[in-house]
Amino acid sequence: MNELEERSSKRHWLATPYAIWIIVFTVLPLIVIFRYALTDSAGHFTLENTAAVTSPINMKAMWFSLKIAFGCTVFCILLAYPMVLAMKHLGLGRRGISLFIIILPMWMNFILRILAWQMILSNNGILNLMITKLGFKPVAVANTPTAIMIGVVYDYLPYMILPIYTAIMDISDDLIEAAKDLGAGSFTVFFKVVFPLSIPGLLSGTVMVFVPSMTSFVISDILGGGKLQLIGNIIEQDFISGNNWHMGSGLSVALMIFVLISMEFTIREEKTGRESVIW
Amino acid sequence: MKKNRFSFKKIAAIIMMAALVIPAGGCGKAAAVGEITVINYGEYLDPDMLDLFTKETGIKVNYEEAITPEEMYTKYSSGAIKYDLVCSSDYMMKKMILEGDFQEIPWDAMENKDNIGDKFYEFSSAFDPGNKYCVPYFWGTLGILYDTTKVKGPVDSWDVLFNGEYAGDIIMQNSMKDTFMVALKYLGYSVNTDNPDELKEAQQLLLAQKPDVQAYLVDEARDEVVAGNAAMAVVYSGEAYLGHEYNNDLAYVVPKEGSNVWIDCWAITKECEHPEYAAKFLDFLCREDVGMTNFEYIYYSTPNEKVVENMDEELRNDESIVPSDASVEKCEVCVQVDDDVTALMNELWKELKSE
Amino acid sequence: MKRFKDIISGIYIGFIGLILYAPILVLIVLSFNASRSRVTWGGFTFDWYIRLFSNQQILEALFTTLILAFASSAVSVLVGVPGALGIHAMNKKKYGIFMTLTNIPMLNADIVTGIALMLWFVHFIPLGFGSVLLAHITFNIPYVILSVMPRIQQMNLSVYEATRDLGAGPVYAFFKVLLPEMMPGIISGFFMAFTMSMDDFVITYFTKGAGVNTLSTMIYGEIRKGIKPEMYALSTIIFVAVSIILLCVNTLSEKHKNHIVEEKNL
Repeated sequence: MNELEERSSKRHWLATPYAIWIIVFTVLPLIVIFRYALTDSAGHFTLENTAAVTSPINMKAMWFSLKIAFGCTVFCILLAYPMVLAMKHLGLGRRGISLFIIILPMWMNFILRILAWQMILSNNGILNLMITKLGFKPVAVANTPTAIMIGVVYDYLPYMILPIYTAIMDISDDLIEAAKDLGAGSFTVFFKVVFPLSIPGLLSGTVMVFVPSMTSFVISDILGGGKLQLIGNIIEQDFISGNNWHMGSGLSVALMIFVLISMEFTIREEKTGRESVIW
Repeated sequence: MKKNRFSFKKIAAIIMMAALVIPAGGCGKAAAVGEITVINYGEYLDPDMLDLFTKETGIKVNYEEAITPEEMYTKYSSGAIKYDLVCSSDYMMKKMILEGDFQEIPWDAMENKDNIGDKFYEFSSAFDPGNKYCVPYFWGTLGILYDTTKVKGPVDSWDVLFNGEYAGDIIMQNSMKDTFMVALKYLGYSVNTDNPDELKEAQQLLLAQKPDVQAYLVDEARDEVVAGNAAMAVVYSGEAYLGHEYNNDLAYVVPKEGSNVWIDCWAITKECEHPEYAAKFLDFLCREDVGMTNFEYIYYSTPNEKVVENMDEELRNDESIVPSDASVEKCEVCVQVDDDVTALMNELWKELKSE
Repeated sequence: MKRFKDIISGIYIGFIGLILYAPILVLIVLSFNASRSRVTWGGFTFDWYIRLFSNQQILEALFTTLILAFASSAVSVLVGVPGALGIHAMNKKKYGIFMTLTNIPMLNADIVTGIALMLWFVHFIPLGFGSVLLAHITFNIPYVILSVMPRIQQMNLSVYEATRDLGAGPVYAFFKVLLPEMMPGIISGFFMAFTMSMDDFVITYFTKGAGVNTLSTMIYGEIRKGIKPEMYALSTIIFVAVSIILLCVNTLSEKHKNHIVEEKNL
């Protein structure tokens, strides 16, 4: 056991290059942002920029961002999980090709894809053309929160599918068969065997979907018609059109702190998840 | 274990070095006379002209693009890249002139400077007194592009945007300055107002209008009207010309209350070490053939009178290509750069957008 | 019952596929549109494909984009995978700190990361291709770590330990035991990183030097005046090319697999 521990403590040296990278390219630039966030244009210390997140406008954007991010994460999970199960069921799992099929659309430029969605969803768009051909009334999706939601779910879905896919795909059929032999029904197998094993993937996916969907601003500008603001739009506007880097940095720091606090909770979950997976 | 780690680092190091060296190798084609670094709006110059310039003068051009004046300013003011030449709009030019970011144009080295009409030097003197720093490049007005099959009668006033008749069919600019400008003009105020009450009144008007607005767009405003998704949009005159090309039912008007006449200019930064190269580039842009090629690439109004003279009759009479003196007369150049006014406007704009 | 499940699975995969590929179909159609405007149909044409190949700027940007995506995701894997293994071996507290730091590039809005890196780079390297590469690696590593970590957590490390106990060197044990186990995570991490790098424009925009262009920054520059149809043609070509490569690889690996099965049966 002693030797084991020693090995494991040696193993964490593997993270050295990464640690150096984080310090030089993540932590130090972050200090630049903190310096802007905690000073005003005259260079004096202030908490005003960070506190500005509580102003009515920013709170509104924050709340809307949370709704979008939460909805996006839930929809992504609801769409991604059955997708992975279906792929596993059809035995598409072991072949790398299914991975490619999921990721390939994302190799086309992001802006082009979002503009294509705009053409699909607009009033005289492709979707309404098809709907009216089928004899239904056209829908007004363009420039609504729904359009933004469709955009973010579309854009981040692969980031949910992939980690769940990697987590579930290699659950051996023997394990499932064994459980079934022991008399477990499909539901029991799913909830007792498959689901617990997929939790780490689910959590990774959530991190990769939830946060970026809050700070995107192109999707809300193009598909939301610029009528709805995510917190990302506000930060972008402060940096660029307002030329107020202090305010932009302050909001960004506030957002970061908020997400970190809520994630602290998630990481704890992850830790217990890990324990339960290994033992 | 140690060996393993070492090889990882080594591979990483090799890849990084290769990555840093590859592009450097790509640059050293022929021994160039020199180089200049230029920042311009996106798609605002025929890329072939850059090659032509290098071929003629031996001066290499490092070309950069920005979407908005503010984006350009962010890149410029960070000092991360040393730009020699900057192209931007009226108010941004004024801001940078006031900051002392430019050096005077060596006018004597510019043979083709007189191709630019006097009228435009007069325009630019609104923000560049004495015409020391700016060479006009393209210009135009801001107005309404509308679909004649959907809008009853000829439009001549900003009123159509605010009277509620075309609710849900209106597209506004997703740009603080342009949208406020529309409201200020409709209310009969100057686009350069520094009166907070007037700005707030404009915001109230825009707030009341917001439910009727289909979208605030920058890039796709023209396309939405062309596609018939909206009945009208606030656009730059050049965009209106292209809109008309794609859909003959579209018309463009500069409302009678007046509007904004915008003018984009070139200037040489104070960091520029070889103003003679920069001047050569500007002179090149003012040349008749180059001006023509760029005009045919961009289709915005050109201040180059030689180019206008050689245009087709039809183009010359097109209000969106060559705005008439009558419509320009009612328009103002935007030169408001006061920090407090900008901050207030920014705050009001945020309020409007979040409503 | 099994058959019914097969059908349902097939339909569902088809449905998700349709969502993922719908905009791609639109882009493909646009690449044959003779009109420069994306909203009017001007008839069928191959012109944009011909023009694409004579457009030096686009081809250069494509080249830069691919090199950048490949190099940044390769380095991210080389730094990220050992990083994930190392972090996994840490105690609870350090693990928490590292995972938080890993998430930070994802927490910041792109524009904040972009401007922070730009201001930071100015101190020690000139902006150019190298600075963009460093920036891309920085935002790519977290994706690699987040996709490898679940695999590592599921991994039964006792096999590795047993191999070591039986006298195998760490390098041997790593390549024989750990690497194959982590492979699916590494592959998906690599491709996520590759994709992120191809897609990013905000961070690239602020960290690139003058004259360095990727497809994203180029397209971003075009959105005001309208996207050049050559870009649709390029997207179509990339799409078709990658699909063909995929089919080939898949057929080959199928054959290879069957071959192995046959051998085993013998």
